[in-house]
Amino acid sequence: MSEPTTSDLVDVQIDGVWHQFPKGTRIIEACRQVGVEVPHYCYHPKLSSPGNCRMCLVQMGTPPRTAPGAEPTAPDETGHLPISWSPRPIIACANTVSPNLGIRTKGDLVDDCRKGVLEFLLANHPLDCPICDKAGECGLQEYSMEHGVGQSTFRERKVKKPKNVDVGPRIRLDDERCIMCSRCIRFVDEIVDDPVLGFTDRGSYTTLMVYPGRELANNYSLNTVDICPVGALTSNDFRFQMRVWFMRETKTIDTNCATGCNITVYARENKIYRVMPRRNNEVNSDWMPDSHRLSFHWIDGEDRLSDPMLKAEGGFRTANWIEVIKAAAKRLSGLSGDQIAIVASARMTNEELYVVSKLAKQLGSELLATVPRQGEPDGYLISADRNPNTNGARLILGEKAVSGGLDRVKSAIQQGQIKALLVFQEDLIADTGLDGVSLKKLDFLLVAHSCANETTAIADIAVPAACWAEVSGTMINGTGRLQRLNKALEGPGQTLPVWEIARDLLRALGSDDNCQSVTEIFRHLADDVAEFKGVAWGQIGDQGMPLIETGEIIPLLERERERKAAGIIVG
Amino acid sequence: MSLEIPPDLEALIDESITHYPVSKRSAVLPVLHHLQTHFRYLSSEIIEWAAAKLELEPIHILEVVTFYPGFRQEAPGKFHIRVCRTLSCAMAGSHELLASLCEKTGIDRKNVSHHHPIAVSPDGKFSIEFVECLASCGSAPVCMVEDDLYERVKDADEVLKSYF
Repeated sequence: MSEPTTSDLVDVQIDGVWHQFPKGTRIIEACRQVGVEVPHYCYHPKLSSPGNCRMCLVQMGTPPRTAPGAEPTAPDETGHLPISWSPRPIIACANTVSPNLGIRTKGDLVDDCRKGVLEFLLANHPLDCPICDKAGECGLQEYSMEHGVGQSTFRERKVKKPKNVDVGPRIRLDDERCIMCSRCIRFVDEIVDDPVLGFTDRGSYTTLMVYPGRELANNYSLNTVDICPVGALTSNDFRFQMRVWFMRETKTIDTNCATGCNITVYARENKIYRVMPRRNNEVNSDWMPDSHRLSFHWIDGEDRLSDPMLKAEGGFRTANWIEVIKAAAKRLSGLSGDQIAIVASARMTNEELYVVSKLAKQLGSELLATVPRQGEPDGYLISADRNPNTNGARLILGEKAVSGGLDRVKSAIQQGQIKALLVFQEDLIADTGLDGVSLKKLDFLLVAHSCANETTAIADIAVPAACWAEVSGTMINGTGRLQRLNKALEGPGQTLPVWEIARDLLRALGSDDNCQSVTEIFRHLADDVAEFKGVAWGQIGDQGMPLIETGEIIPLLERERERKAAGIIVG
Repeated sequence: MSLEIPPDLEALIDESITHYPVSKRSAVLPVLHHLQTHFRYLSSEIIEWAAAKLELEPIHILEVVTFYPGFRQEAPGKFHIRVCRTLSCAMAGSHELLASLCEKTGIDRKNVSHHHPIAVSPDGKFSIEFVECLASCGSAPVCMVEDDLYERVKDADEVLKSYF
């Protein structure tokens, strides 16, 4: 009798070693699972598999067929039948495993296939790697080095195709570099419902193009650049800016909305050159919106605050942290809790919010708020909540701060009840409708922000706070997933993360709180806030972990799951 | 210029779509043939009309149109001549035949390229295109004027005489 747990598994021999896989597993995935790499171009686990690049050819074998009247072959001592190898290769991406299947990813047949495919792909390729943005992370370069012949037997002229084509506002196409894998065509067709790309002139001139008069302009278009295995599609924003091997990669998360797309930040010498999505099948799959991806340029902008500023005659003077913290503590110490309000930001990490909540307790202030940011959800990855950490703010500052908190702070200011206001990472004048006139009613306004803005301009003390790329910490996304940010850059000048600013203020106000690191704050947070109980920093990992139930879903993921269930994609 | 599809043409097209009950996309070829027969060539307006008719994106139609050399994207003359250039005909003198046809009709092929295969005479009466095999290798060289096949063509005049 077969075991119910193993009945869906089949035995497959890969490069001489027997393994078990669930029925229906694609051969390429089976190989990947046991650490055997099969080179491929057109295959992508989130897209349909047309099997057109032929790079993943492998040799296969099945048990020999028993001749009529002959005795069936007996299994060997391991219970497997002998394998009769086919002289014809098969593609590993679109074929699935079968009982007693043999796969060879090495050997003369497979080597010849790979050499042949690469020679064809390179026949018309311009070989302009020295000026190509993809160089260093190009599938054609990598596989040519590993599996190619090095010499071409092609003696004819290369086919000329369109170059430097403006296919959309953010993307440029070089058709001569294209290897016709069709990943981009399938992406716009299957994932973002904007099928503007196609192959025309199929044959020796096969040309990727946008239908004349249309544009590849959807808000997910730059994902086609990520999945392009060569340098055919390049990002206007990143084009010619930096060689890929010079950049340092930092895994972190996007903070432009509550989805919290997992990203990798590519930086060199403290400057971000690009942001790319990082796979997380519970958050953003392999994708991210262009609007979020390109919103990092302000980080090295002219308007960054780099020094603490004290109001002085005729404007501000730069100061140091010791001075401003002392000055702030002095201005706050004479006030009672109900004369002080705090506006924090749901763009801050849990750790920053936690130290700010401690500061509120120290000051006795109960008037706490965050600034809500509601927008339209896009039906793909962008959440209606444009704050990345509303759920964190809700748990740490309390529901009251998140819903209606800002209105209470505003009316208290307008009624003159508030003497001192502390603002963290928000521009009240630009984003809350509070005007300079009401804010001037305050005796004391302290603003900690990454950039100079209208609110910092009227503050008594304005201090530089580190932005999302300059801090480590955690946030809770719309679906209730706890995710980690990792510091990719140093902030400019004297910039400090909000948690350090709030801690220094706490200590200046007489608290003995002396947290020295984000991980230490997280430990305290986990002890203090019920929902975090038992969670250790180290267990969050690069993929995050579910923390609370919110009932929110990410529409793009739901559709991918349906496609996976239908067997269209591997997922 | 707005495109007008005569009711009888649309009826023909609608009928051809009924032959493909599983997927309208499969009707692309017959639909394009009907349209090209009527309009002589497939302009972008026609491609977009066909796309809307078959509930596809225009790029899906353009992919098909550019794949088959039999579909034209530029207007031919009143009589469209196709001269075979595949092996048997090439060996039997199709290049000379083409040159002679051009000379007699006043067609200049200097702007002909992969993407613009058709050249039209100044008076618009004739157009010419070098094409691949017309499936009559045994009687090379061959050419077609509209739907009429001419075999073992020795002289351009014997092809053209009935059209002048």
